[in-house]
Parts: sequence; C-alpha cells; structure tokens
Amino acid sequence: MVSSILPLKIEAVTVRRGGRQILGPIDWVLDGQGLTILMGPNGSGKTTFLRVMHGLERVGRGQIAWNAAAGDVRARQAFVFQTPIMMRRSVLDSIAYPLLLDGVARQKAMTEAEALAAQMGLGGLLNQPAQAISGGEKQKLALARALIRAPDVLFLDEPCANLDGRATKEIERILTEVRAGGTRIVMSTHDIGQARRLADDILFLHHGRLIETGPKAAFFEAPKTPEATAHLNGDLIP
Amino acid sequence: MNDILQGLSQAAQLVITGDADLVEITALSLQVSLGATVIASVIGLPLGAWLAVNRFRARRFVIALLNAFMGLPPVVVGLIVYVLFSRSGPFGVLGLLFTPTAMVIAQVIIITPIIASVAHQAIRELWADYHDLLISLNATRGQRIRTLLWDGRRALMTASLAGFGRAIGEVGAIMIVGGNIDHATRVLTTAIALETGKGEFGMALALGFVLIAVAVLVNLGVHFLSRTERGSRW
Amino acid sequence: MKLTSLALITGLALAPIAAQAEILRLSVTTSFANSGLAEVLLPEIQKDTGIAVELLIVGTGQALALGAAGDVDAVLVHSRAAEEKWLAEGNGTHRREIMYNDFVIVGPAADPAATAQTSLATEAFAKIADTQSAFVSRGDDSGTHKMELALWASAGVEPAGDWYRAVGQGMGAALNTAAGMDAYILADRASWLNFGNKAGLAITFEGDPSLFNQYAYLPVNPAKHPHVKAEAAQKLEDWLTSPRAKDLIEGYKIADQQLFVFNATDK
Repeated sequence: MVSSILPLKIEAVTVRRGGRQILGPIDWVLDGQGLTILMGPNGSGKTTFLRVMHGLERVGRGQIAWNAAAGDVRARQAFVFQTPIMMRRSVLDSIAYPLLLDGVARQKAMTEAEALAAQMGLGGLLNQPAQAISGGEKQKLALARALIRAPDVLFLDEPCANLDGRATKEIERILTEVRAGGTRIVMSTHDIGQARRLADDILFLHHGRLIETGPKAAFFEAPKTPEATAHLNGDLIP
Repeated sequence: MNDILQGLSQAAQLVITGDADLVEITALSLQVSLGATVIASVIGLPLGAWLAVNRFRARRFVIALLNAFMGLPPVVVGLIVYVLFSRSGPFGVLGLLFTPTAMVIAQVIIITPIIASVAHQAIRELWADYHDLLISLNATRGQRIRTLLWDGRRALMTASLAGFGRAIGEVGAIMIVGGNIDHATRVLTTAIALETGKGEFGMALALGFVLIAVAVLVNLGVHFLSRTERGSRW
Repeated sequence: MKLTSLALITGLALAPIAAQAEILRLSVTTSFANSGLAEVLLPEIQKDTGIAVELLIVGTGQALALGAAGDVDAVLVHSRAAEEKWLAEGNGTHRREIMYNDFVIVGPAADPAATAQTSLATEAFAKIADTQSAFVSRGDDSGTHKMELALWASAGVEPAGDWYRAVGQGMGAALNTAAGMDAYILADRASWLNFGNKAGLAITFEGDPSLFNQYAYLPVNPAKHPHVKAEAAQKLEDWLTSPRAKDLIEGYKIADQQLFVFNATDK
C-alpha cells in the first residue's frame, strides 16, 4: 500500500495580490479522515485558501508540504471549481480524460468512465456535449472527473453555489459516499445548512485569516469568536 | 458589366464541356495550395498552440514577428525562394525551380504565419478556459498542447482555411518560382494574369469565377465534413 | 483515414511532374508568347524532335537573367545589344538569328499627333512629344522598351512629363493601360493583333525598317552551367532554322496578316 499524501502541513502561508495581502498568515495541518468545511463571509479568502492547498496559487511567504514519502502528490488530489470547467468533449470523454492523461488504454478508460457516470446518475448523457448539459449535471460531471483517479484528497469550491435543491441533494449524497470511501474532503460553502449536514469539522476564515477551527458540534453550538457567531446568525460582518 | 456576363457564360461553358486545360490547371492549383496548407498547418498549428501555452522572454517578440509576417509580400517571398532555388543559388542542385514543389515551398512560407497566428488567437482563448483544469489534472506540457489542439480543432480548421484562402488566390510568388509554364506549373491565378495580359478579359474573368467557385467548394466541403463529425461524435 | 489522405495530398504536392518527354526550358519575351506563334510551333517541335519545350514568359531582361543563372537551357529574345553583352559575359555559346517581326505605333484612332503623316518612326515619336500626347511606355527593360528608348534618343527627345507614363509591366498590361488612357504606345505587331481589348486604339504608324524586330536564339553555355541540356538545345536550334520551321513561321497569320519573316541562315 502506497503511503497517503497526507498530512498536508501549511506553515505561515501568505498570498499577496496587487500589493495587498489577501490571505494569511495561516498555519494548519490537513490530516486524518472526514470532511472539512471551510466557512466565512464573501471575500474572506475561501477560494484562495483552497487553491493554495491544491497548488494553483503562488504562495508569498511560508510553505506548504505534503507527505514527501508519497511521491507524485499532484495526481492524487483533485479539485472541483465553483464554475465547472467544461471541455469541448462529450460527457463520457470528459470523465475519462484524466485516465487518458495517465496513459490508461482508451478502451479501459472508457469502461471505467461509463461505470462511474452511471453511478453518478450521468448514464443517460454519455454522448451529450459537456458544454450543453444543465448546471447540476455539469457539477456532477466535474465531480466524476475529479473522482475517476480515486484521489486521496478532494477539494471542492462551493460545489452547490448555483444549484437547485434537488441537484444539491444529489451532490451531497455523492460526497457522503466518497467520504465513507475514505477520501479526505475539504470544501467551502456559504450554505450554513449544508455545513451542518456534511461537516465533520469546520474552518472559519475572516479577512484571510483562520480565526476558528474545531469539530462541527463545538462550532455550531458554541462559536468562540464574535465573527463566527455573527456569521451563524446571518449578520453581515464588517 | 458586359465583360462580367461574358466571363460568367464562358466559365459555365468551360466547366460544362470539361475543358482539359481548365481541369489541368485547376487540379494543379488545388494540389499546390492544399499541399501547402497541409504542410503549413503541421508547422503552424502546434507553433500557435505552443506560443499560447508557454511563457518565455521573447514570446511577445515572436508573436509580433508572426503577426508582421502575416503581411509578407508574396512577390518578395517569391524572389527569395527564386534566389535560393536558382541553379546559381544555394539549393540550385535540387533542380526544384519552376516545379510545383517550389510553388508549395513559397506558399508554405507565405501562409504558415497566418495559420500560426490565427491558431494562436484561438488556442489562447481555449487555454484561458482550460488553464486551471489542466494544471489541476497535472497534465504535462505536451498533453496540454495536444488537448488544446484537439479540442480547438474546429477553430484551427478556420486557421487552416484562412491559409488555404490566401494560398489559392496567391499569384505573385508562384509566378516567379513556378514560371507559369503551360502544362507544368500553370495554375488558375497565373493563368488569369496571363489572360489579362493578353487583354482577354472574358477568359480571365471566367478563370476568376472558377477560382472563386473552387475556393467556396473547398470551404463548404470542409464544413460539411466537420458537421458530419459533430453528428456522430457529439 | 484522415492521416492517410493528408499524406496523399502532401505526396501529390511534392511529387515532380512525370516526365515522359525530354524537357527543355526556354525563356522567351512576352511579345513572342503573346503572338500566339508558340502554340503553333511547340506541338510540332515535340512531334518532330521529342522535346517538350517549357516556356518561361518574361521580359527580355529577366529572360537573359534566367539564362545567366542557368535556370533555363536557352533564350529566345529580341534585343541585340543586350544579347551581345550577355554573350560577352560568357553566359551563352552563340547567337543565332531566327526571324523578325516589326513594331508598330498604336494610338487613338483619331491620331491627334498626326503620326500617320510622317514617314520615319523618329518623326512620329517627335510629333507625339511635341503635341504632348499621352504615351504609355513599358518601362520594364524589355526588348520593346529598349527599342522605344532608342527611338526617343534618335528623335532627340528626352521623354518625360505628365504625358509620358512608364508602367513597368508586360506588353499586354501596357496595352491595357494605353487602351484605358487612350494613349500612344509602341507595340510589336503580333501582340497588337492578338490583343483582345483594343478599345479606341488603332495602328497609326507602321512600315519603317527601323521598326524591325529581330529574334535570336541563344543557348546557355554548358561550360558555365554543366546541367543545361546542351544537346537538346542544339536539336531545337536545328529545328528552328529548318525549312519546316520556315513554313510554319511564315504561314502563321492573324487577321490575314503575316506576322513573322523567317531569316535564319545556315551557319
């Protein structure tokens, strides 16, 4: 058994953009099991933090380090963007694409993609152009594409931001299964109800800093900071 | 106005009777221009994609150069190719001057910048869409370029067609390097120049209409083929 | 499937034209090509000698330059001074006169410069200059252009001014320009008779022996360019100076007018 790419150690990481510090300094360790929800008001740095962890963002100071013994860490994590990026390919080809990058034989890749698509409820859309399906279907497709490599860690940036209740429920069902399968999940959401339904633990970001972390129950029942309290009450925080 | 009508009817007559000379020069026009388009596409499309994906110091300069070369005067290209392939030139021993091969070479030089430049534009847009995804999926540089070329193939076809359009209508360069030799290197454009020189405007126009029709047919044919592909694969 | 068809097209484009007959490249002046005589002679040459003559139709200057570079096997032009200079530079083996035709002055049918009332070409040119009538010059260093310049010089006129338009193009294009401007122009008779866009133009002056236009055949020097087909060039020269060529050349008529006079002599 190959060792996990975890833990991910984040030490005093900052991100600057346009001469302004938009994130950090942040210290945190991603490890263990479960599903972590990243919360915070708009502009608090949720997306940037997720992108930093996935390696999409240039870090100013500080450093992030995956478990060095794990070898190639990039191929063993996946990211689902808030606005799903749809390729100019069919649904089936899109899901199989990461496997083709890995050099998996086309026939085998297609069989696996087809099975996963069926599991995710995309079985009827295999030959549709990916760019022509509905918003909820696109998000499921993006999720399937992220999962087909069976990643150790899955990042999701507000995966249900623009979805209706039914589609949201579908995504949540899949995420629960993925979590049960042992994949470590980190996702952001502005939906407090969703956080209550899915989270094992919570990270709360404010002005680019991680001001509160802890298990779900503690966070929702007794938030330690006035900002988190206000956020949970639905108040706007300056 | 009369000349145009006469040209049209003469064109119809040539086409209907299947005039042997017309068939010969039209076939050579297609052979030279399609050949040049294929070669220039093989060079220009990956070059355009590569420029869209890679950041390097001289990138802006290379792109500016490419855009400038889109306007290369064919006559100058023709002259340079002539000097290079003349018996007295560095490649004279190849004996390629006044052959269709020399015409293809000149046209490749003329249209490669066009194809690369249009491809660069198209791929840059697609790359902006795909950037985060391909980085996230850990695609190698080669995989990125191959993915962009494949997914952008419809836009790239437009790039190749733009190159073909320039090639099939080009006269300055192929006149010099081909020599407009009857039954050897005469193509539609050089034949038109010849007929115009003889004051045979009716014939010149007739050939001109055939040239336009050929260009339109090739474009329609390519679009038809791409539509078939869309139907079966998408 | 797609790749094979691409490869096929590329292959086609690069494949040399299949050569059944021996090919000889001959650079000739536009005026010769425009006369239409080539279309009569070339099939007969192929029939009699097996040589497929490929014509490169250019101005005299370029025709000689192609020969000097070794890009053609022989040259057929009409500009004696330039030919002799070319030979002196070692570009060819010799010069063989084949035939002549003549130049005519073409102008507006109404002949505003009254060139028809003169008897010498130089006088006609002087009148055009005096009356400042529009005149189109080839301006391309061709044999016709050189002849025109020589005529201006003997007429004692420095051709310049609004009325004198040098177009820098071949005979046909220059005639098109003259037709468009209703201008005088010096043209070889063959090109004029074959010209399809005469508009309001007509011959206003002809017949002066100084307007005769001698065509000569000059094989490229194989000592300078070993790849030239000297043997085929010799065969073609023999044919062009033969009685058979004489019959064909003198029998070639446009609008019932004989265009060329055969005057090759035995060596």
